[in-house]
Amino acid sequence: MIKFLFRGIIRDKSRSLLPIIVVTLGVFLTVFMSGFLKGIFNDITEINAKFTTGHVKIMTRAYGENKDQLPNDLALMDVKNLLNRLKLDYPYMDWVQRIHTGGLLDVPDSLGETRGQGQAIGTAVDLLTPGSPEVDRMNIKKSIVKGSLPVKQGEALISDDFAKKFGVSTGDKITLFGSTMNGSMMFKTFVVSGTLRFGNSILDRGAIFMDIRDAQLALDMDDAASEVLGYFKDGIYNDQKAQELQASFKSKYSRQGDEFSPEMFRLVEQEGLGDYLKLGNSAGAIMVFIFVFAMSIVLWNTGLLGGLRRYSEFGIRLALGEEKRHIYITTIYEAIIIGIIGSVIGTGMGLGAAYYMQNYGLDISAISNNIGMMLPSVYKAEVTPGLFYLGFFPGLIATVLGSALAGFAIYKRETSQLFHELEV
Amino acid sequence: MKKIFILVILTILLMSFADPDANVILDKVDKNMSSKNRISESEMIIHGRRTSREIKSISYSVGLKQSFTEYLSPAREQGTKMLKLENQLWIYSPSTDRIIQISGHMLRQSVMGSDLSYEDLMDDRKLSDIYTAKFTGNETIDSRNTYVLELIAKVDDVAYQSQKIWVDAERFVPLKEEMFAKSGQLLKRSTLSDVKQVQGRWFPMTIIYKDVLKEGNGTEFKITSVKFDQNIPDYIFTKAALKQ
Repeated sequence: MIKFLFRGIIRDKSRSLLPIIVVTLGVFLTVFMSGFLKGIFNDITEINAKFTTGHVKIMTRAYGENKDQLPNDLALMDVKNLLNRLKLDYPYMDWVQRIHTGGLLDVPDSLGETRGQGQAIGTAVDLLTPGSPEVDRMNIKKSIVKGSLPVKQGEALISDDFAKKFGVSTGDKITLFGSTMNGSMMFKTFVVSGTLRFGNSILDRGAIFMDIRDAQLALDMDDAASEVLGYFKDGIYNDQKAQELQASFKSKYSRQGDEFSPEMFRLVEQEGLGDYLKLGNSAGAIMVFIFVFAMSIVLWNTGLLGGLRRYSEFGIRLALGEEKRHIYITTIYEAIIIGIIGSVIGTGMGLGAAYYMQNYGLDISAISNNIGMMLPSVYKAEVTPGLFYLGFFPGLIATVLGSALAGFAIYKRETSQLFHELEV
Repeated sequence: MKKIFILVILTILLMSFADPDANVILDKVDKNMSSKNRISESEMIIHGRRTSREIKSISYSVGLKQSFTEYLSPAREQGTKMLKLENQLWIYSPSTDRIIQISGHMLRQSVMGSDLSYEDLMDDRKLSDIYTAKFTGNETIDSRNTYVLELIAKVDDVAYQSQKIWVDAERFVPLKEEMFAKSGQLLKRSTLSDVKQVQGRWFPMTIIYKDVLKEGNGTEFKITSVKFDQNIPDYIFTKAALKQ
């Protein structure tokens, strides 16, 4: 019977074409949008993890309360010892120290006096240790517009926007002016080894990237750091593991009642990233719900139209003695076949589009320059195993549901009226 | 004659019950606090959340528009110099041999981690030049009777839109000050004490500043010596002097 129904569907295109197109489009949109949304939310989380939050972040309690002010007077101390202990206790994590500082970036003239200056946000990471994961993690190499990475102490990378604004070239000297950890005035002159552009206004506005050792010397933070970040070695955030790590850290390292005690924060507890992750994880469910709801209504109507168009056919079949239940079941079977065809085509198309967007993405850097949030400049989709079946079952369910609702009309036909109806 | 005498006595009595003229009080305060020029040595003790630091400096100022400060200790700050000319400020760092001009929002930043901003250091104008005063009552601070004045800015370029000051009713030296933002929020508080007579004027030798928006225990500013109306060579107030 399946073969018979399949032939009917193929031969009578007016019976199958519209439902197949509707299902295909719905499944395509579900699969593609689920992959794209998941990709976007995961990218937002990832860029924040790499630049600001880590998978877990350790700060002093006091620093954490005022972290927006970059209060290095409240920074972590005895960091070498802390890092050594962390590496021993939690070897499945990569631990890195970072320093953030604010101040003025001052460009001197030939007499050493101010020629131009702007606000600066300094970030210090391990740039000089060979094989340091920080360079790749923060995508620094690929973000260099001119020049190269610092190769020795006293060199720094500055924002390309700042360099253009003040006419700074690689090899020029610039001075970072701010406050040390103890509140003293901090003056540190760097040679510009290159200029950077991340495509994000937060990072590109007056950014200066320096080696952590330079920052420690300049800011009187010899064995101190603003924060210690931890990354899972496989590069994937796992909240359950992070929770276990946080609990273990609290019992081993935290001291009650000490505002300078180190405290660990999970990625989801910072910058509202927990909400982004939840949205990313539920993107598929949201799309499936919209699809099943909307497509069922469309396919119900399609089924009703089909039912009207096949009014005579059903009448003849009933007149020939076919049972209403049998006719109803065959329409359901037809719907299953149509659902399978539409879902397979839609899933294929959705996966293809998602795969394309995973590789090439959507570049929004031209319109995102003034966005203050830490957002990626290229939005990419993420093809996950779930996408292979995510749209398939809803496609099938929506088609069957639509036909099942429309098919009830068969039961309203009165056998006694059939010949009268067929004469018309 | 008797009637005139009674009238004079009554007038004097009435005048003594009337509110004192706030602007006259402010003028008297300015006479104590401002001078033609001044050389002072001071210690600034900054009480942070973790540690306290003591910074020694010597300052030269002429009128309200020129001042020069050289930090003497600790070693980290030694040789750092600040020059203020009109409304411009330069800082010299011996470690980098750079002269950096401070402007814009940086003027609101803390000086050496203290509760004082660069803007606080720069704004040496007479109070009567920038504020309109209103007498609001009398209070006692450390057993001294004070006039409480509310000051409202009459010029735009002030660091604090309004102030409330408690002026010693006998010596005309502020004993307490509260500085407010335009929104009415209290920003800073200072208490002035150890008032001494120097060259015929009363002058507070210790000032404790507290930035109420900042945690910590405030900054103690102690003047160890102050001399008024000295001969200060003009070259001190040049950028060339910063590098000397």
